[in-house]
Amino acid sequence: MAVVVWITEGTWPACVDAARTGVPQGAEIVLLYVAGTEVPGAAHGAFAGLLGRGHPGPRHPAAGWGSDPGDRMEELASATGENLLRAAAERLTRPCTVRVAHGRVEREVVAAAEGAELLVLARDGSRAHPGPHSLGPAARYVVDHARCPVLLVWPDPLPDH
Amino acid sequence: MSRRDRVLSTSFAEALSVGLLVLVLVCAVARPFGWPEAVVAVPAAAVVVGTGAISLDHAAEEVARLGPVIGFLAAVLVLAQLCDDEGLFHACGAWMARTSAGRPGRLLVQVFAAASVITAVLSLDATVVLLTPVVFATAARLGARPKPHVYACTHLSNTASLLLPVSNLTNLLALAASGLSFTRFAALMALPWVVAIAVEYAVFRRFFAADLDAGATAAATGEEPEMPLFALLTVAGTLAGFVLTSVIGIDPAWAALAGALVLGVRALARRRTTPRAVLRSVSVPFLAFVLALGVVVRAVVDNGLADALGDLVPSGHGLAALLGIAALAAVLANVINNLPATLVLLPLTAPAGPGAVLAVLLGVNIGPNLTYAGSLATLLWRRIVHAHDSAVGLKEFTLLGLLTVPASLLLAVLALWGSLHAIGV
Repeated sequence: MAVVVWITEGTWPACVDAARTGVPQGAEIVLLYVAGTEVPGAAHGAFAGLLGRGHPGPRHPAAGWGSDPGDRMEELASATGENLLRAAAERLTRPCTVRVAHGRVEREVVAAAEGAELLVLARDGSRAHPGPHSLGPAARYVVDHARCPVLLVWPDPLPDH
Repeated sequence: MSRRDRVLSTSFAEALSVGLLVLVLVCAVARPFGWPEAVVAVPAAAVVVGTGAISLDHAAEEVARLGPVIGFLAAVLVLAQLCDDEGLFHACGAWMARTSAGRPGRLLVQVFAAASVITAVLSLDATVVLLTPVVFATAARLGARPKPHVYACTHLSNTASLLLPVSNLTNLLALAASGLSFTRFAALMALPWVVAIAVEYAVFRRFFAADLDAGATAAATGEEPEMPLFALLTVAGTLAGFVLTSVIGIDPAWAALAGALVLGVRALARRRTTPRAVLRSVSVPFLAFVLALGVVVRAVVDNGLADALGDLVPSGHGLAALLGIAALAAVLANVINNLPATLVLLPLTAPAGPGAVLAVLLGVNIGPNLTYAGSLATLLWRRIVHAHDSAVGLKEFTLLGLLTVPASLLLAVLALWGSLHAIGV
């Protein structure tokens, strides 16, 4: 059995807990983090909007003015993903593989779940105050388009009633 | 020369200058072969002068007008870079991490505060280039989702650049054209600045509710970085210098230069920077680009654009006229980027008085949030896709722009109208 666990900032511990307790032993677990292109893309765009401040060589490391902050953020995003995956693998305490993907977040998750037998993801919103969005745009897309069964977990423990 | 020849040569000059402006802008956005923008802009300026599309007098006048403005901005760029070298932005990130206590909603408030102040005082360049990566890293350190906070930086680098003449190159150009003093400019723009930021905040809070509610996994560390007190005091002193120079009637650029010198000499003496690094933060190709762009735009304006656009620019300084001017400026800023839009619109609006000039600024400074970077959106999008081999989703960013820009523009114009009545020009 192949299981993909989508690790996102803020809500990933609930997914890991669900995978640890709910996925049968012996299943192949893949922890997936997607470093999205939108956020560095916004920085690329803002920098390109500063007409005239660019220096030759579009992709050199950060060294003050003239270097695109989006480049630095792409590197930071990969490092963030690796850190999160390390923490997630520790919490899982089961054999697993980890993977950082790059691209449009929702599409990468759907692509990674292709052929899997289960995709585990968390709602975005907080249980503390129910609002209209317990699924952000990316999670909604994934739930809509994933071609495998989806386990959708709440990020917080259920409140006592 | 017969009348017929003159007509032909005029239409030739018109076509030539418009064609060159388009070429300069397209190359500035697409950056073929990674060339600096000046590589195309400077020869283009030489061509419009050489062919007589713009008279030598007008070209010299334009350079003389732009020179001090660019010097002013260069001093502020150096100041911001030296503040970064002193660790100001790093300290800012640590402060945000600590005071937000790991709660993304509170972090957004801190990001709004930091980005608004830094943009206003050290120019939007500082926010885009220096603060945005720090904010991203801070969100990552807290285990919070970076998107609301990074998008806030990119939006505020535009919206929060309304307050001071130094906040944006467009403001410096407008200050020179409006005849306002530094302090009166700031007084008139204070209310529109606050209103525009408040609208952004309200929209962001709702738009990113799911991401902000998702929380953060890492507890805030108690790390207390050393505040770069000397840099902070220099910046405060420079701000006081802007007010003082304005009161005694000398160019506030001298205050910026003094601030940059104080930090620069100290950093050089302590070997924290090199003369080469300081020169790089001035960015000479940038100065050449702005001068050359100014000459090309002046050629376009001289060759009939003023007449063509003259009817389009609302006249007067009533509320309706201000709204019309701001809307036109916002549209133009999205079509051709805010810098050339400002250069085109200033000569057309300056005769109507400072109110009209400030309305142009509201449009060119808030407007760019509508498209990805307020500049030739499609071309830009292609440039990014080409450079980074990945599909960039424009939908969410554009939707956010549609939710913020019209509302903040409308309310900021109302605020400006109120300020103009309350304070006067």
